[in-house]
Amino acid sequence: MPWTKVYVDKSEFEKAAQLQKEGLRGLTFREALKEATAQMMEKDDRVFVMGEGVDDPGGIFGSTQGLHKKFGKERVMDLPIAENGMTGVAIGAAMAGMRPIFVHMRMDFLPMCMDQIVNHAAKWCYMTGGRTNVPLVIRSIIGKGWGSAAQHSQALQALFMHIPGLKVVMPSTPYDVKGLMVSSIQDGNPVMFIEHRWLYEQIGHVPEEIYTVPIGKGIVRKQGKDVTVVAVSNMVYEAMKAVQPLEAEGIDVEVIDPRTIKPLDEDLIIESVKKTGRLVIVDIGWKTCGVSAEIAAVVAEKAFKYLKAPVKRVTLPDVPTPNSPVLEDAYYFDYKRIVSSVKEMFREV
Amino acid sequence: MVKNKKLIKTAVKKSVRLVRTQADSPRRATKKGINSIPAKTLKGLYETILRIRRFEEKIIEVYPAQDMKTPVHLCIGEEAIAAAVCIHLRKDDYIFSTHRSHGHSIAKGSDMKRMMAEFYGRKTGCSKGKGGSMHLCDPENGILGSTAIVGGGIPIAVGAGLASLMKGTDTVSVAFFGDGAMDEGTFHESMNFASLKKLPVIFLCENNFYATNSPQSARQPHDNIAMRAAGYGMPGVQVDGNDVVAVYEAAKEAVDRARAGGGPSLVECRTYRWKGHVGPDCDVEKGCRPRDEHEMWLKKCPVERTRKLLLENKIMSEKEMEKLLDNINKEMDEAVEFGRSSPFPDASELFDDVYYKG
Ligand SMILES: Cc1ncc(C[n+]2csc(CCOP(=O)(O)OP(=O)(O)O)c2C)c(N)n1
Ligand SMILES: [Mg+2]
Repeated sequence: MPWTKVYVDKSEFEKAAQLQKEGLRGLTFREALKEATAQMMEKDDRVFVMGEGVDDPGGIFGSTQGLHKKFGKERVMDLPIAENGMTGVAIGAAMAGMRPIFVHMRMDFLPMCMDQIVNHAAKWCYMTGGRTNVPLVIRSIIGKGWGSAAQHSQALQALFMHIPGLKVVMPSTPYDVKGLMVSSIQDGNPVMFIEHRWLYEQIGHVPEEIYTVPIGKGIVRKQGKDVTVVAVSNMVYEAMKAVQPLEAEGIDVEVIDPRTIKPLDEDLIIESVKKTGRLVIVDIGWKTCGVSAEIAAVVAEKAFKYLKAPVKRVTLPDVPTPNSPVLEDAYYFDYKRIVSSVKEMFREV
Repeated sequence: MVKNKKLIKTAVKKSVRLVRTQADSPRRATKKGINSIPAKTLKGLYETILRIRRFEEKIIEVYPAQDMKTPVHLCIGEEAIAAAVCIHLRKDDYIFSTHRSHGHSIAKGSDMKRMMAEFYGRKTGCSKGKGGSMHLCDPENGILGSTAIVGGGIPIAVGAGLASLMKGTDTVSVAFFGDGAMDEGTFHESMNFASLKKLPVIFLCENNFYATNSPQSARQPHDNIAMRAAGYGMPGVQVDGNDVVAVYEAAKEAVDRARAGGGPSLVECRTYRWKGHVGPDCDVEKGCRPRDEHEMWLKKCPVERTRKLLLENKIMSEKEMEKLLDNINKEMDEAVEFGRSSPFPDASELFDDVYYKG
């Protein structure tokens, strides 16, 4: 299926597009995101975009670029730098009938809004006995590299995964980012929509019409029988790159992309582990209490007896992001670390 | 919903208009001011302004080599403020700065070599290569750190002021921040608390009318930041931030008041950022702001103005100025050389400094 496929690079997509008789419509992640936003704004008067710099010529790394020209500045609204207060404003507008998409250029600005997100958005429906709801999408982008350092590169998804009342999605492909954006807008709950900056130029097949990708459903990116690799966000690409080198070692990898981390598609992961008996989890965040910790715990609870080896976690070390390129290299990892971790797992047992 | 659209549109337009008509004339230097500043001090101001300018220009020069892997927020066009504020500060006074912190650090007396080394990610950098350009520190010089979170440093500066009060010292604390930070709750919370407790704090706003590419008029109902002080019961003054003597006078008043136990003040310095929000390029080229506005501000160059002032008042001669520039240029070359030739940290140092070990 062209829409479930991960194209590791542009040439791979172009090859696939040539093979298709009717041609594949290729869009980048960035374009797909913008298209979803624009189409939903066209379709639904209640949808609007708010955020610092959404009407900037750069347009949030291109994902909102030019939308203010099409829809006006009152629907593509630049904001004061007042994240917590503005989140409250978004919540109020959402409850009163609008469908705001609040965009943050960096995920690192979300800690500013913790009160409104955690104490208010996440709880409101429950506190009012389900008589109100907060249909709010909060987009944020994880940065990486060029000395972004400790306050401009954090992957804080696990913080939000912890909070009942929130949904947390982390699309990896152009197809999914569009479909999940549509689902998130329509969901009716506060959805944390988490992107990675390095996904923006990834290309893939994206249909022109509006479609949805269900929140809470993961996907098998590559079937395999020897080891399950669950990879989150842009780590999906690293996991896919690890497939061949491992095949060369005689290890057949199954790659799972959860796409949503809350609610997590537990069944998909459990079924896979039952088949392979081995689990490696790859996250772009820290290890302690991270996404990988939760997935490992779920498998320990529900599929322990199928495990042939201890679970492995490939994550960032529990250290703030450093500035120096040398330290950045030591901090981040790529597919090679996944390859070595999987190989180690087979060597150990 | 649809019928309200027009209403919203006119409201938006109106608020934009409101701002530009309300531009009060900021306070300029007094006649007495220039005469009452010792010649040595005036020379010192010019030297600092020039050092900041050349430092930033040096970054522009070396940046294309792509080995300075850190996002740089240049303060070209705003140099007079850092110089004219920090000249009133002692080594043990605190400053807290932002993503745009190069000028403040230099004016407070930081070693440019260690700053450059930090930008180059070296072990000898002021933050050992861990922080980069947005997280400069120099604790011995009263710079406990800088934050890249807008508004994040303001309450911390207030906390340092509280400590001075509790410890019974007469050190003061300066919070540097931009017009953008005034949007944040932390600004208002900090102003309230500092005034309530009469803390030795100077809220020093560098109003350059933009936060990234977002003009002040898109974020604030009017452009008079100094006026906010009244609501919190503290003195507030608005000055021409490119007029070094005007800033000098306003900052002196505020620092003296704070040191004498008279509590906090807000000083709004109106200025302009010549370069892009981040990086060495120019925003005008990208169409992010009106060309005539940019050109008008180029004419108000703080380096040129200070230079003229000193020449006219015979404080320095052209010759002395040339010599000064030569020395500064040498200093810059050395700083870059030091940065580039210093060792990188060892990869194992990634794990150091997460916790204080005493
Ligand atoms: C809490 C937070 N929100 C958003 C940002 C992104 N950001 C970085 S600098 C900046 C603009 C700051 O403007 P201003 O305070 O006026 O300082 P200037 O850059 O003009 O010196 C923004 C929005 C941030 N760093 N922190
Ligand atoms: Mg500004």
